Amino acid sequence: MKDTIPTAETASRRPEPAARGGRPRRRKLTFDRVTFFLAFLGVPLAIFVIFVLIPFGQAIFWGMTDWRGFSPDYNFVGFDNFTKMFQDDIFLKALRNVALLAAFVPLVTLTLALGVAVAITLGGPSKGPVRGIRGASFYRIISFFPYVVPAIIVGLIWAQMYDPNAGLLNGVLTGLGLDQFDTFAWLGEKAAAMPAVMFVIIWGLVGFYAVLFIAAIKGVPGELYEAAKIDGAGRFRTTISITLPAIRDSVQTAYIYLGIAALDAFVYVQAMVPNGGPDNSTLTISQRLFNVAFAKQQFGYATAMGVVLAAVTLVFAALVFLVNRLTGGGEGESKRKAPGSRARRAAAKGGAR
Amino acid sequence: MSVIAADRKPASDRKPVSDRRLARAAASSDRRFAAISHALLILWSVIVIVPMLWVLMSSFKSTGEILSSPFSLPDHWRFENYANAWTDANIGKYFLNSVIVVVSALILVMLLGAMCAYVLARFEFPGRRLIYYVMLAGLTFPVFLAIVPLFFQLQNFGLLNTRPGLILTYVAFALPFTMFFLYSFFRSLPHDVYEAALIDGAGDWRAFFQVMLPMARPGMAAVAIFNFLGLWNQFLLPVALNTDQDKWVLTQGMAAYASSQVYDIDYGALFAAIVVTVVPVLLVYCVFQRRIAGSVSQGTFR
Repeated sequence: MKDTIPTAETASRRPEPAARGGRPRRRKLTFDRVTFFLAFLGVPLAIFVIFVLIPFGQAIFWGMTDWRGFSPDYNFVGFDNFTKMFQDDIFLKALRNVALLAAFVPLVTLTLALGVAVAITLGGPSKGPVRGIRGASFYRIISFFPYVVPAIIVGLIWAQMYDPNAGLLNGVLTGLGLDQFDTFAWLGEKAAAMPAVMFVIIWGLVGFYAVLFIAAIKGVPGELYEAAKIDGAGRFRTTISITLPAIRDSVQTAYIYLGIAALDAFVYVQAMVPNGGPDNSTLTISQRLFNVAFAKQQFGYATAMGVVLAAVTLVFAALVFLVNRLTGGGEGESKRKAPGSRARRAAAKGGAR
Repeated sequence: MSVIAADRKPASDRKPVSDRRLARAAASSDRRFAAISHALLILWSVIVIVPMLWVLMSSFKSTGEILSSPFSLPDHWRFENYANAWTDANIGKYFLNSVIVVVSALILVMLLGAMCAYVLARFEFPGRRLIYYVMLAGLTFPVFLAIVPLFFQLQNFGLLNTRPGLILTYVAFALPFTMFFLYSFFRSLPHDVYEAALIDGAGDWRAFFQVMLPMARPGMAAVAIFNFLGLWNQFLLPVALNTDQDKWVLTQGMAAYASSQVYDIDYGALFAAIVVTVVPVLLVYCVFQRRIAGSVSQGTFR
């Protein structure tokens, strides 16, 4: 089965007809066929080009102008916007903040998600074959809950949880005898605001990646586990030596998409600290961009920020790839890869978010 | 497995002690592993559930009660908070807007995504690979880069602040994801079925709608769920492109309501509004959750 369904990688190396699993078909262009192609390829592509590609393309051009949006005239200013940006203290602060987000959020989220996924799939009774924990489906459903809640609502819920006076968090902490938290403003203290925001983002995303990893772990052939067991490996050893290497690809993909989500983070920060937090300690590039564009109407400058954000995203993705390659990932992967890996990779993006 | 175990027997006869000790050590580490697993999952579940229960509980309290005793159950269950949220925050109207926009976009993107994936997966024509990779790039780029030009693009078409404009934008940005997910499905469908349909006299149109599309149904269902969650939760696109308050979607309305609350606080109503927003989606999720869990692994077992 595996060999008959090529992945993109193998497909590119094979002669085309075989890659499609069929014979080459060349039939004359009938009216039916022309309308078919127009409708099936033309319409989706037109929408994609008009609403996604062209705006992306325009962004790169407008990033080099001083356009203010509502007047038709603009000047081409080259890289002025970019030099201005890197002298703008607020922007630099935002850049530092998103770098922090990209460094910590994916790492912690994936560690937790892996922990949850491993516990659910492999934490079962110690006798007999490796199996899932009791109540696995309950835990799975619960841990996915936050992902179902709109991100803006997640932010709002936690903004209330963090509330210095009426919030549950300080209530719990003072209840435990930690009286210094009586009126502690989690989102109002410079040192606490960013970690508090990170925690909420992680809270909202762990469930999705846990479900993703559960699926990946279930795709690991059972014989591998049997063999490890016969060789005397315990559950912990099995997890480190069998499970993690086997789902390495999924982890890499998840890391990249999480990084993209963390670099953006607009929804969460907008819900919790719309003003950028104490001394701009939680301001993100996306918030700054939105403000510069739609409140100050400096559209040229704002799109330039978008370009920088995209560049940072690409650098992040490249770094993840590089690290994975250097530490020995991806070798011979294309041969072993299950046919569904592409679908899973697409799924890691988590829908249209 | 039993065969392998039998093969191993002679070896264990030779060194029975160390093997048994090894097995005992493994079993005890397994027990520890199971215990840690349970502890971790219970802790995580508590962290997930408690805030939600707290929101639910607070939605029945008065502002005074919430401020004075965030822990306690409400003295008197104030269902009127829900009525207040419904009318003050216009939750009902925004809910309807969300349903209209999301359902239309969902239907469109599923149809167009499936069509596009089908053609790219099963037909050979020049530029096929280019289209595939361009869409892949579209999946990775941050929406923020496009948001300002997109604003003017919609303005040029007269689609700014209109439902069709928002729907089309949703479709465009959900299209790459939909296409990639379904691409592997259509690729894995057997070619013989398609041939048979052609021999039976079906054209390309009928072959797709009557034969191939129904066969891709499991994949379609999975993508539809992910798209639904993604579109329902969409925040940035409506905030930037849909500023007419009558057409606001739920996420927008909730954000505005929460920030308007700063000066005139009715916490009870705010919590009630949150509950009203979350519960329908949670219910939908609980009904379809098996499909979600299955869908991610779908490809693996096909």
